[in-house]
This record gives sequence, C-alpha cells and structure tokens, in this order.
Amino acid sequence: MVKYSLRRLLGAIPTLMVVVVLAFLLVHAAPGGPFDSERVLPEAIKENIDKYYHLDEPLPQQFFRYISNVVRGDFGPSYRYRDHTVTQLIAGSLPISMLLGSLAMLLAVVVGIAAGTVAALRQNSVVDRVVMAFAMTGISIPVFVIAPVLVLFLAVKLQWLPAGWSGSTGAARLLLPVISLALPQIAYIARLTRASMIDVLASPFIRTARAQGLGTYAVIRYHALKPAMLPIVSYMGPAIAGILTGSVVVEQIFGIPGVGQFFVTGALNRDYTLVLGIVIVYAVMIVTMNLIADLIYGVIDPRVRYR
Amino acid sequence: MSLLNIESLSVSYADEKVIDRLSFCVNTGESVGLVGESGSGKTQTALAILGLLPGNAKTAGSISFDGKELLGAPEQELNRIRARRISIVFQDPMLALNPYLRIGEQIGRILIAHGLCGGAEAKERVIEMLNAVGLPDPERQSRAYPHQLSGGMRQRAMIASALITKPDLLIADEPTTALDVTVQAQILELLNAIRKDTALLLITHDLGVVAGHCERMLVLERGRLIESGTTREVFGAPQHAHTKAMLEAAPRIRRGDIPSPVDGEVLLKADGVSVSYREAGHGQLHAVRDVDLTLKRGETLAIVGESGSGKSSLVRAILGLIPMRAGTVSFYGETLAKEAGARAAKTRRDLQMVFQDPVGSLNPQMSVVDIVREPLLVHEPLLTNAEGVQRVSEMLQQIGLNDVFLGRYPHELSGGQAQRVAIARALILKPKVLVCDEAVAALDGSVREQILDRLRALQASSGLSILFISHDLGVVRAISHRVLVMYLGRLAELADNESLFTRPQHPYTKALLDAVPVPDPNLPRKEYILSGEVPSILTPPSGCAFHPRCAYAVSRCARERPAALGTNSSVVACHRADELSL
Amino acid sequence: MITISTASNAIGRARVSRLISISGGILVAIAVIAIVVPWLSPNNYLDTDFDNILAAPGLAGAHLFGTDDLGRDLFVRTMMGIQVTLLVALVASFVSLVIGVLYGAIAGYVGGRVDAVMMRIVDTLYALPFIFIVILLMVVFERNFLLIFVAIGAINWLDMARIVRGQTLSLKEKEYVEAARLTGVSTPRIILRHIVPNLIGIVIVYVTLTIPQAILVESFLSFLGLGIQEPQTSLGALVDAGVNQKENAAWMLLIPGGLLALILMCFNFLGDGLRDLFDARQSP
Repeated sequence: MVKYSLRRLLGAIPTLMVVVVLAFLLVHAAPGGPFDSERVLPEAIKENIDKYYHLDEPLPQQFFRYISNVVRGDFGPSYRYRDHTVTQLIAGSLPISMLLGSLAMLLAVVVGIAAGTVAALRQNSVVDRVVMAFAMTGISIPVFVIAPVLVLFLAVKLQWLPAGWSGSTGAARLLLPVISLALPQIAYIARLTRASMIDVLASPFIRTARAQGLGTYAVIRYHALKPAMLPIVSYMGPAIAGILTGSVVVEQIFGIPGVGQFFVTGALNRDYTLVLGIVIVYAVMIVTMNLIADLIYGVIDPRVRYR
Repeated sequence: MSLLNIESLSVSYADEKVIDRLSFCVNTGESVGLVGESGSGKTQTALAILGLLPGNAKTAGSISFDGKELLGAPEQELNRIRARRISIVFQDPMLALNPYLRIGEQIGRILIAHGLCGGAEAKERVIEMLNAVGLPDPERQSRAYPHQLSGGMRQRAMIASALITKPDLLIADEPTTALDVTVQAQILELLNAIRKDTALLLITHDLGVVAGHCERMLVLERGRLIESGTTREVFGAPQHAHTKAMLEAAPRIRRGDIPSPVDGEVLLKADGVSVSYREAGHGQLHAVRDVDLTLKRGETLAIVGESGSGKSSLVRAILGLIPMRAGTVSFYGETLAKEAGARAAKTRRDLQMVFQDPVGSLNPQMSVVDIVREPLLVHEPLLTNAEGVQRVSEMLQQIGLNDVFLGRYPHELSGGQAQRVAIARALILKPKVLVCDEAVAALDGSVREQILDRLRALQASSGLSILFISHDLGVVRAISHRVLVMYLGRLAELADNESLFTRPQHPYTKALLDAVPVPDPNLPRKEYILSGEVPSILTPPSGCAFHPRCAYAVSRCARERPAALGTNSSVVACHRADELSL
Repeated sequence: MITISTASNAIGRARVSRLISISGGILVAIAVIAIVVPWLSPNNYLDTDFDNILAAPGLAGAHLFGTDDLGRDLFVRTMMGIQVTLLVALVASFVSLVIGVLYGAIAGYVGGRVDAVMMRIVDTLYALPFIFIVILLMVVFERNFLLIFVAIGAINWLDMARIVRGQTLSLKEKEYVEAARLTGVSTPRIILRHIVPNLIGIVIVYVTLTIPQAILVESFLSFLGLGIQEPQTSLGALVDAGVNQKENAAWMLLIPGGLLALILMCFNFLGDGLRDLFDARQSP
C-alpha cells in the first residue's frame, strides 16, 4: 500500500508540471502585454514596467523565477488590481469558493449515492423510473440555465430565498448556489451508482452471498457496497472539475465574490498573472482530488493495491 | 422421508421451458449425481432449490426440504435454510468468491449472519475450517484475498465456506470444471472425505466424476429426467438412448480401440523451441524451453499438460504466430521463417489451426460463407464468386453442415456448429497439417464425439496430420497416435499412445493418468497420491520442475535438471526413469 | 452463469428502440426547423424592431418567441443559435473522433512500449483542468471562432482514444484475427475486414455521447462571453442575455435555456440508447 501510494504521488507531479508549463507558455504567447489597452506609454516608462514585472528577461528565466515563487506561495502581482498580489486576491476569495464547493460535493455524493442505490434495488419500478428521469434531466440542464431559472422562480417569483449574495446573510443565501452547483453532479452520481450497483448485484459473488443466507441488507452492506462504490470514487476527480467549472458561472449569477468570479473578470480583463495563478490553484485541487480518489480506490480494491 | 423431495418441478422463462416436471429425492447423508450436458437444466435445478432463480423465472411443482416447502417460500424463511441447512459450491471460485473481501471475512460473515457465533469465535472457527479443507498456513490464508490464492486453494476455501455451518445438504455445481485435472482429483477426494453425514448433490457433465463419487445418479436431458438409479445400475444397463450415447461418448483412458501407430515420412520437425514473454515486473517468463517434436504424415500428435505447461505457446511458435526465442521449425525438410508473415504462401496454406473458443474464433460481423471463403480469396484469387461459394458449400458438407448455414452469422450458431465452421475454414485450403488448440474442450460429449469422428474420417481419407492440444486425456487416448506430455514449459515424456497410457515412464504422466476420473463405478477408486498444484511459471522450481510434487523425488532431482533422453519414438525427462516401475 | 433472453429484456429493448427513434426524431426536426425556417421568416437576426422592444412571445404578433431588449426577433435569433450550437458541436465531435480514433487505434494496434507511453500521456492529460485552459486559450487568442472547434475537440478526444485503444487491443487478440494472420490475409485486409467493422459500433455510440459534452462546453464559453461574439449568437449567448433580463422578460431565459436542455437531453437519450443496444449485441 505504501509503494502504491508513493507511485500515485509521483504520478501526480508530471500532470501538475504540464499544467504549469502549458498555462505559462499560453499566457506568454498572448499577443500584446497587459497594458496595451491603455493609453500609449512613453518608451522609458514601458521599459520600467517591463523591468518591474521581469518581462525583459528571457522566457526560461521568467519561467523559473515564476515557478520558484509559486512554490513559495507567491503568484506575483496582479496586472489589474494594482494594490494586490495575486496571492492576496486568491487567499481572500478562496474560502467562500471552498465552502460552496465542498457543500455541493457533499450534497452530490450523499443524495446521488442514495438515489442511485434505491433505483438499483427497485430496478424498473416507478421509483427507479422517477429517479432516472430526474437524473437524465439533471445531466441535460447546464448549470448556467438551472441557476437563473431557480432564482427566477424561487427567489424572484415566490420570494422564498434570497436571489443574490449581497443584501442577505446566513445559510439561506448559500442554499440556491449550492443546489445549482450540486444538481448536475447529483444526477451524474445517481446514474453512475445505479449502473454500478446493478452490475455488482448481477455478479456471481453476490449470488454466493445470497446462497449463504445473508439478507438483502447484509448482502449490500458487506458484499456489494465496496465494489459498487469504485466507479463513484473514480468520478471524484471529474466531479471536482465539474464543480469548479460550475462555480465560475454560479458565482457570476449570484454575485458571490469567489475565485470563479475573479477568474472570469481576470480573463475578460487579460489579467494574466491572476488567471495563471487561479488555473494553477484549480489544477492543484483537481490533481489532489484525483490522488485521493486513487488512494481510496487502492484501499477498496486489493487487486489494484498489490499490483 | 427423504431430506429433499422434488415433485414435478417446472421452470420456464417466457415461453422456454428449462426444467420440465422434474421429480427426484435426496436422502440424508447420501451422494447423488445430477448429470447432463449444457442446457439440460442442472444448474437451474440447483438454483431453484435455493430459491436463487432470477426474478423472471416461472416455477411450478414442489421442492420440499425436511418437510418444509421451499418453492415460493418468503426470502426470510429461505435465508434460515440457506447455508444453515443447504449449502452450495459453485463452478468457478474466482468468480464465486468476493474479490474485495478477505477469505476469512467472507466465511466468518456467514456464521455471524446466522447468529451462530460472535466475531472472535467466528475467526477461530474459520481458521479451523480452512485447516480442515487443507489450506496450508490457514491463519495467514484467512487474511488473503481470493486473487492471492491458487485455483485449487480458492475452491478449498469455497468448500470451507459451504461446510462451516455443517449443513444437511451440499450442492456442488461443477465444482472441479474450472480446475486442472490433478487438482480436480484432490478436490473430489476432499469433498467426499470432509462432508461426513452431509448429503451431496453433485452436478456435473463428467460421467467419470459421478462413477467415482456418487451412490445414485440422475440423468437430465433438456430439462427432463430421463434416467435414474444407483450408479452401478445406470452404468451397467442404461435404459434411455441418450444415456447410452453419453456413456458411449464418455472419454475413457482404458479402452481397446485406439489408433495404431502410423509410419509415414516426417512432415514437420521442431528443434529446441523456446518461447519467452516479457512480464511487467517479473522480467522474462519462459513459457516453453527447449522442446523438440516431429509430426509424421497422417499422424495425430497430442500435446498434453495442465495450465502453465506451455502447450499453446509451443504450437503458436511453431506456426509463427508468436516469436520463438530459440529453435528451428522445418517443414518437408525446409527450415521455415520464424514469422508467419515471412513464410511462403505455399507453407502458410499447408499449416492451419482451429481454436478453443468456437464463437470467439469467428468474426461476428461476417457470414459463414465469407468466413470460410476468406482463405480462398488470399490463396486462390482467380476463383470466381460462384466457384468459391461452391467450394465452401462442399467443405461444409464434409464437416456436416448443409447450405442453410451459408448465410448465417456466428451468433446464430450453436457451439458445435461454430466449431464446425472454424474447422471448415481451416480445411478449405486442404492443408497438410492441422493444429487443434483445445478445439473440442468447450463442447458437450456427444457433439465432441461427432467432431472427433469427422477429424478421424478426414485424416483417413486425406492423410492429414494433426497436432492436437488437449488437457483431456480421454480425448487424447481416443484420437492420438503419439502423445507429448509437458510440465511447466518443458517436455516430460513423449511416447506412443499405447505405451504412454499403459506404461508411463515419468511420474508426472502417471499422476495425470491416475487423476482422470474413470467412468466405471465397478473399478476401485485409486489412492491418489499427487499433492499440491502446478507452481507459477514465473518462479519454476529448481532442478526437475516436478520434484516438489513428485513422490519419487530424490535429492538429485532438486539440484539437477533431467535431460530428455530416449529414442525417436519414446523420450522421457526423469533421473529415475530407468529404475522406477510406475 | 446462464444467459437466458428474458421477457423483460425484450421489453427493455423495445423501449430502448422507441427512445432512440423519439429522441432522434426530435433532433432531426429541431435541426430542420432551425435551418429552413429562418429563410422563410420575414425577420432576420440583425433587424431591430423599435416598436416591439422586449415584446412577449405569442402567435398574434410578428415575433413568435418575442423580442430582446434591442427589439431583435428572438425566433430567428434562437434558430440561429441552434444552428451555431449544433455546428460547433458536430465539428468539434468530428475533431475528437479523428484524433481519438487515430490515437487509440495506433496505441492499441502497435502495442508494447509505444502504447504504454501514449496511454501515459492520455492519463496525464486526463487530470488537466481543461475547461480553464480553454478559457485561457480563448482569452489569449481573441475568441477565434475556429479555435472553439479545436479547443472542444481537444478536450473530448481522450475518452474516444481510451475506448478505441481498449477495443483494438482486445480485437487484435481475437482468435479470428489470429486465424486470418495464419492464413496470410494481408494486414490492410485484416484491419478493413476484421478490426474496423467491429470498432464502428462503439465509435458511433461514443461520438453520440461526445456531442452533448461539446454543446455544453460551447454554450458555457458563450455564456461567459468568451465564445461566439455579437451580433452572432448561440444558445449559450442567448441564455446569458436572458439571465440579465430574467425579471422583466423571462422568455429570453426560458426559451433558449429550454431548447438547449431539450437538445442535450435528446443527445443523451440517443447515446444511452445506442450504447444499450450495442452492449446487448456484444453479449447476446
């Protein structure tokens, strides 16, 4: 298990490297610098600015400077928000995004697995049909459609919940954003769980367990649950990626001052250092989640662990 | 009153009846064999007894166990009977055991689920039981996962799980079919020795197994009981034609009518063939080491061995399908290129092959006529369309299929029909040599006999030479002129049919012969002495690879590898071949 | 295990075929309407009707789906959005099909070290936060329309490559391929007769499942204002406009949003159905 974990850990490093290099190169291949849109600057000032941001150095040197800074948690100055470093901007906005994301993830996993399991156990029943119809709808309606529609009906028309972030406090304002973020993931996890549970329940070792006189609960709890969870564990990485993607639009729609919001405004404003910093932070989160998923997978499936 | 009483049981799916008014009983402590070919409803019967039939099965009749009706009983009631009173051992322990749970956990769970004891005691009783079924170091093995055990050990664990509750009835559904023959014998011995007063319902297609291990037997054909009686009665005087046919087809290694040796010119000669694969994390895997063989015109040479013996790799290397690490192959005295692709077209059409899996060896997207005609398109491109179809039709006729099959697709064929098509494809170019890799292993007894008959007839009429790979010694006895026995990639013994089966020289050959279940209840069962299983080919034992399991091994056997010595017609690789009389 | 074709399977299969034909039918209808009807409409996507700003939808007026805040006809604009969305999705899926099939088939057929290296690359790429890199790409390269195709295609080829590679690997080992090699059937003919026909089914299934993903990415980018640019439009851009007007013109959100969901749902049903049918044929 230790060897397996180490191998997984080492495997994650190239992925991170690729992200950083790719993002860095992309940003530096961008036509024009960050201040092009403003009035024409005198040559001397421009040189000074370039020097300040180390834009006069050769690319490899800039890259290694950037990398060594990033490792120390310094993403450099923001091109747009002059008084802040990128690190400050991210640190300020990350907690609220993390809160939203983890709540959505938790909701998605709990509701998704429960709904999928129920559907699998009552295969082809009315319950199953309803859950699956809901799940199909869930994966087919994009976050940026479901979020404003929920706002329109639950907040604007019925006035049950606050429509935006500012102007309200407490848990109520979290509700709609979290639900919007979680819905597609709930749907996806429910479908995944149902398919995987049905698959596992049809396998010969479940027949053995039933032949041993174990009741339905014991069969599921001791024999089916672990293997049925494997696809869901593998999906954790993509799920986090999906939630991060969703958070970009959800934060925009609800006006939440999170990382996603900064990412979009940063992108539209060509605030390259900010965008680059956020992409790296996102990549670290996704890679970490994938790593955790791999490790859990290894714990559940002995054949992977011992290979 | 009998323990289990089945009255007029019927099971059907949609409009297909898989069991038709079946009635039989099993008494306390007795052993009953339930015999039939695939599709005869054996497994369905077992599942019906335990209430494990799929939800869409329709049932009628009665299954009463110890006076209680099981058919249609509520799940909770069945759960008090399952394992406690009736246990089952399934065919493939690799599939039947939960791969995600430790052996001890899944067996212990049964005791806990039935409230027989608590966790700590369950652990102890599991270890005791594992010890009883012959798992070495049971304490450690109880913490192993199924994939860490060998096939035989897994089936022992499965038996332990079935008997730990001391049930009244044990159903064993083809318990040894997935195992090597030497392991099969051990498992059957174990089943009989350990069950004590538990009654046994042994489901099998192998009449040899029934003859050796059951007091009474039942014969099923397409869901109907066609014959029943004591094993001696049925074997002695079978009543039903199908039973007679099955007995006829049962492979026997002590039979009279065996092919007499042929004396033709040597067609195919392989010298010092070695094959190795690169195995991730293990370095080189030596599948075949330094094997010589010759094949004469009109001769059938059988290659025999258990899993890991390298028999498939050997013939594939000879055919040029996989690379040879060392050695040469010559055909009509001419050395062949190592790669099939580099060989002359003439040679390629002369060497053809039939595979084990009848369905997997046919392209699902092609019709029978296209499949069989493909070799003609390559080697006789000038043939017109009509001539091609004509040739295919004649070939199918020869192998026993009429023109109706020309337009069929593989999924519309039965296993036997598919294998005939595969044979037709191999023979359409009129090859000199046909390689059959377990070609009849997946087929039922009667179908197997028909196909073997066809092969024999073809050989008689055309002088075809056959390399026949099989793990089934009964089939080998019936069809081959000479036999080559392999063990862990090396030749153990090579001899003509009669000498090998009556006067084996290698202890491994002897062990193989003793392990074959004999379809004759009157012969006393042999004391079976071979222990253990075939070691991993990745870590073959030193010296003679067979020495850890050999009853005759001396210290030299562990140090020195015996050379394969002998004449052209008889070769043996054993230090003690001369002094032993087996 | 016994396999018995059951009544419920037969019913299930009939239901699956019905789902396939219904969702396929709806998609074809939407595509035809989206392409043909704008030609017949008196309005075009640019004209502003100052008398009817934010007009509600209805059969009575000249604007079936109403108008937007600039008085542009939403019916024609929505149809145009569907055209753009479908076009982007189809082209992007085609890109991912070509890259994925080629990559997967090469890795699978060549095998060995080449395969190991190629699949290691795929594994690494799998963990990339692609959508953010695409956003970066769109920002850096000025919302180039062509780039959308490439970017989306580049995300979606990974799944295809994995599936094709797995299938090729297993097909290569099939005994009928060995039999063909033994007889001397040429490699091109083996690929053409034995490998490709057995790959097509699964490729079609996965292309169908790739299309909704591509639609999702395109509309996501357009929603953020990083995709298609005004006055051109796509369903994502229309939803974006609708979000801002949701309180006084709900139809601007609900109509394009609903159509987008409908199209996605039809593709998802189609893909699911085809996969079920395909799986059923693989294991009869």
